[in-house]
Amino acid sequence: MGSLDVGVRRGGLGNTSRPDAWWAYPSAVFLGLTGFVVYSTWAALQGNYFYFHNYLSPFYSPLLFWSHGGIRSWFGAPPHWLVNVSPALLILWAPGGFRLSCYYYRGAYYKSHWADPPACAVGEPRLRYRGERSFPLILQNVHRYFMYLAVLFIFILGKDAWEAMWFRAPGGHGREFGIGVGTLVLTLNVILLAGYTFGCHSLRHLIGGGRDRLSSLPGRACAYRCVTKLNNRHMAWAWCSLFWVAFSDLYVRLCAMGIWHDWRILR
Amino acid sequence: MPSAIFRIWRGAVAPRDAGPAARHDAGFVDYSLEITPGMVVLDAVHRIQAEQAPDLAVRWNCKAGKCGSCSAEINGMPRLMCMTRLNHLPLDRPVQIEPMKTFPIVRDLVTDVSWNYSVKRRIRPLAPRPPDAADGTWRMQQQDMDRVQEFRKCIECYLCQDVCHVLREHQGFDAFAGPRFFTHIAALEMHPLDRDSRLRELREEFGLGLCNITKCCTKVCPEYIHITDNAIIPLKERVVDEFYDPLKKLFRRKKGSAPA
Repeated sequence: MGSLDVGVRRGGLGNTSRPDAWWAYPSAVFLGLTGFVVYSTWAALQGNYFYFHNYLSPFYSPLLFWSHGGIRSWFGAPPHWLVNVSPALLILWAPGGFRLSCYYYRGAYYKSHWADPPACAVGEPRLRYRGERSFPLILQNVHRYFMYLAVLFIFILGKDAWEAMWFRAPGGHGREFGIGVGTLVLTLNVILLAGYTFGCHSLRHLIGGGRDRLSSLPGRACAYRCVTKLNNRHMAWAWCSLFWVAFSDLYVRLCAMGIWHDWRILR
Repeated sequence: MPSAIFRIWRGAVAPRDAGPAARHDAGFVDYSLEITPGMVVLDAVHRIQAEQAPDLAVRWNCKAGKCGSCSAEINGMPRLMCMTRLNHLPLDRPVQIEPMKTFPIVRDLVTDVSWNYSVKRRIRPLAPRPPDAADGTWRMQQQDMDRVQEFRKCIECYLCQDVCHVLREHQGFDAFAGPRFFTHIAALEMHPLDRDSRLRELREEFGLGLCNITKCCTKVCPEYIHITDNAIIPLKERVVDEFYDPLKKLFRRKKGSAPA
């Protein structure tokens, strides 16, 4: 490429001519992401209060193993070596990995948590920089595999939203259709997560962006346009879905603990 | 008539390199100026040049945001002087105007951006397939050209290169081409006629992996090109296809490596 002599650099963290509050946005991102990681880790480690009647917290879905009754799991009782492990820990690595390797979040947390750079045209604390070219950040290239799993989760959470519309009938015989506040919370959760997942940059590439002549494939061209539309608002989908998935867990948790009452809107 | 103070970098030493020894040669100089409605920063610089500092060096040409000549840093952010309106700036404090910090300074607001020309020369040009018609012409669908045409809006102002921290902070000039040239390569790679592949160079020579997608290039682009989302990330995905995705590799081997 050819080197360029630009003289000695006198950077350093926060070195900038910008007079505006450049630190506000990365600080807000830092608080938002750290807050989510702290809450979701705490909630995942609890291993209780994650369901309330027909509502299942998205942090615990799919529920692979559960032996204490109250809700059905996919595979019944856990093997003895998993008895003391919270069911959330068995599945949360997949959506967690999807978010961690997401192109939007990468750009956001490189700025807010690594100060690499802290903001545009603002000095950095470190001189050494390796980017995503070497270990460990080269592993971010696994994003598309997490995306495949995240798409599966959308269907599973969609089924949960459907289940949240079917309440135990009075008298305990069968189920009846209804809508509670929790139904709306879990339905909005899957809509926001779908908007985020189906606007993924990797999906956009795999569905058509990797091809130079999409006009010969009208179906894929249409899908590419749809994903592109969602992708244009990827940041908004990312934050809304992040906040709402945590709130969905909190809603189910507080209902299960008897602190909040789940109002039935439609019986 | 309201007035404003313009704090302009003067001298042949870059602002960030001006240590105590260099300060007698270079530094910020304040110019007070009456401003009129509709003025842009370049108008103010021109009036200062005409009335107060005839030796002030500034590069400009079209005054319409299309030539990419008047790139500078206004209040710390890379911008075109001709497209920055004064009523969008806080005038209760001096408007600070500096040369682009990433490139070597020539004098005052003028920098030497010739490194970019040398990078561009290293990129292999379009390699079109044989003509579709006997008269030597090709047939393309507009739908396939839409993506490429976004990149062709680039005016080569190099503001994206200036703000990119890989060049600005880490001086990755020998290993990183920068967002302007990723956009250029994306225009070639995604072109429906192109048969060549530049993915190996992108990964090895042009350092695409050094980009950590902080989107500063997109933020400063005066042509509103979605550099990160539409050029850099799709190129990163193509590099993943080619070098990192084992399933894609397997699939390609089975299919006999058919071009897209």
